[in-house]
Amino acid sequence: MESRPEASNLPEAPGSRREVLASIDAVIEGRRALPGALLPILHGIQDALGHVPADSVPRVAEALNLSQAEVHGVLSFYHDFRTSPPGRHILRLCRAEACLAMGCEALETHLHQRHRLEFHGTTPDGGVTLEPVYCLGNCACAPSVMVDGEVRGRVTSQKLDQWIGGFRSNGGGAR
Amino acid sequence: MSVTVYVPNDSAAIGVGAHDTAEAIARIAAERGISLRLVRNGSRGLFWLEPLVEVVTPEGRIGYGPVEAHDVASLFDAGFLQGGAHRLRVGLPEDIPYLARQQRLSFRRVGLIDPLSIADYEAHGGGRGLRSALQAQPAGLVEEITTSGLRGRGGAAFPAGIKWKTVLNAPAAQKYVVCNADEGDSGTFSDRMILEGDPFTLIEGMAIAGVAVGATEGYIYLRSEYPHAEGILKAALRNAEAAGYLGENLLGSGRRFRLHLRRGAGAYICGEETAMLESLEGKRGMVRPKPPIPALSGLWGRPTLIHNVMTLAAVPSIIDQGGAHYAGFGAGRSRGTLPFQLAGNLRRGGLVEVAFGVTLRELLYDFGGGSASGRPIRAVQVGGPLGAFLPESKFDTPLDYEAFVAAGGMVGHGGIVAFDDTVDMARMARYAMEFCAIESCGKCTPCRIGSTRGVEVIDRVIQGRQRAENLALLRDLCDTLTNASLCAMGGLTPSPVLSALTHFPEDFHRTPVPGAPARASRTIRRH
Repeated sequence: MESRPEASNLPEAPGSRREVLASIDAVIEGRRALPGALLPILHGIQDALGHVPADSVPRVAEALNLSQAEVHGVLSFYHDFRTSPPGRHILRLCRAEACLAMGCEALETHLHQRHRLEFHGTTPDGGVTLEPVYCLGNCACAPSVMVDGEVRGRVTSQKLDQWIGGFRSNGGGAR
Repeated sequence: MSVTVYVPNDSAAIGVGAHDTAEAIARIAAERGISLRLVRNGSRGLFWLEPLVEVVTPEGRIGYGPVEAHDVASLFDAGFLQGGAHRLRVGLPEDIPYLARQQRLSFRRVGLIDPLSIADYEAHGGGRGLRSALQAQPAGLVEEITTSGLRGRGGAAFPAGIKWKTVLNAPAAQKYVVCNADEGDSGTFSDRMILEGDPFTLIEGMAIAGVAVGATEGYIYLRSEYPHAEGILKAALRNAEAAGYLGENLLGSGRRFRLHLRRGAGAYICGEETAMLESLEGKRGMVRPKPPIPALSGLWGRPTLIHNVMTLAAVPSIIDQGGAHYAGFGAGRSRGTLPFQLAGNLRRGGLVEVAFGVTLRELLYDFGGGSASGRPIRAVQVGGPLGAFLPESKFDTPLDYEAFVAAGGMVGHGGIVAFDDTVDMARMARYAMEFCAIESCGKCTPCRIGSTRGVEVIDRVIQGRQRAENLALLRDLCDTLTNASLCAMGGLTPSPVLSALTHFPEDFHRTPVPGAPARASRTIRRH
């Protein structure tokens, strides 16, 4: 068994590793008793930190009496979980059929050409991460995107420019 | 007395500005010293009218839509609180033909009530199903479901009564009811609308199911792409428990049913029931071979009744009004109603709950109003990403499970996505294979590897390289996927591919554009 990452002799600063580990441990403690606790724990960590840091894996594995390989296997299986921090804002562009029928490919091209955004990529300033998503359940108002967790319908390239411009002008703000 | 104004809190309505509209109404009312009661309801499902604002008047609820925030001041000026004339006034929503022609059973409260108010729910007939279920014998409840002819609304259309009976008769110390709310099919949103617009219907349906089959624990597996529904559902679970619809003592009967909410993590395959069970157990969403069937060995190896949201949402009215009433709707062996979802390139997209037997043409034109772009509708995909693409010649097929299978299609979860004549069906076929490659769980070889090979073969066809040979290879590959995959993901991916090839062969024989990139392949990311 690997030893737990040692937290006690780390510097104390906001967002420090020590704080990160404390958040991870708090999530684990709150949810480890749930039946099938692994997904709720990984969600809890990502909700708190924006991603699931590599440091989480041994701690979660130990708490649930799983191997690190099992935890890693689950972490890497699901599209939602990310192991590195995303941009300050997350734009999820739906590329499923109803949105394809209403021109989402043109939006993808626009994001690529105008904003240098590729799927799974982040703008050079770290402001926006673009992710593909397969249906937001907004198919009667396609094309759809999700901007920081909120669905937007009947999206045009002008609206995308507005949002991305807005992210830049307000300096990025927290998600 | 203050006037009541409804502004939907449905995510599609919010996506076109309902929050801003509601805020504008509250702000301007305050500025003008007008007292009003603002209720955030679900959506009526007439999405071209969203945000649809309704005002309670002596003549009934008068609708105005689509109301954007900048329209609100003019609505006040026009006296909309008294139902005054305005260019956005649509009259009584239930008189709009789109709604008037529907037979809303499962959706009868959606858009009408405050989704989180138990009092509102009960005032509109909610709760009667559970009350009578608590007086009945389990076998009698199962019999009622069997009589109703209800079949699984998730897509497979398996008779619900048989499942209930199997779980009821399975001896076990612990059984479960699991609701599959992983509504991943593109073109579908009926589950989301119920979850956001009338969540108590689902909760009541699950409690009834628990009482009937002897399960005291339930889980809702909700996809993560629905965070707004998650918030509403969490609040609804708290309110339902406080009102005795859940918990240790159901409506004072001494019976127990506890319900837990779990969030998926962005995996289409977890809509497959056994992959969903794995995910609930905290594992990778890998498909389990069947048998054993989940009704006998499901969640943590216990007998588990698994249904889609719409199946469970149909239960309260069946138990309340009797199975025979429900069976009175429908056609052939497809009994009851199905909430069809009109999506994609249509003028009037939305939710249409009607009895089985309606034709695709009626839905596309009478309800949907034809394409949004004004161009001819060339292809329609019914039943999600694993459903067939149908050409105009199939539009008169009645939508019932058997008739649709006979026509080479699948009703599935009732999603209908329309494409106009600018669609390139070879690219849609490629997309179907690509989607399978991205979302395959990887358990079986035909799906895991065949889908990637499928993308490559279709790319060669599009590029005009040895077309005849590659088309023969594609058909051969589809045959392998159909017959050798473990579940419907690999097994049905050939359906959109082959239907595109059969009905739209010209798109596979176009002159290739030199150097045209197959850009979409960037999205395939290996685990």
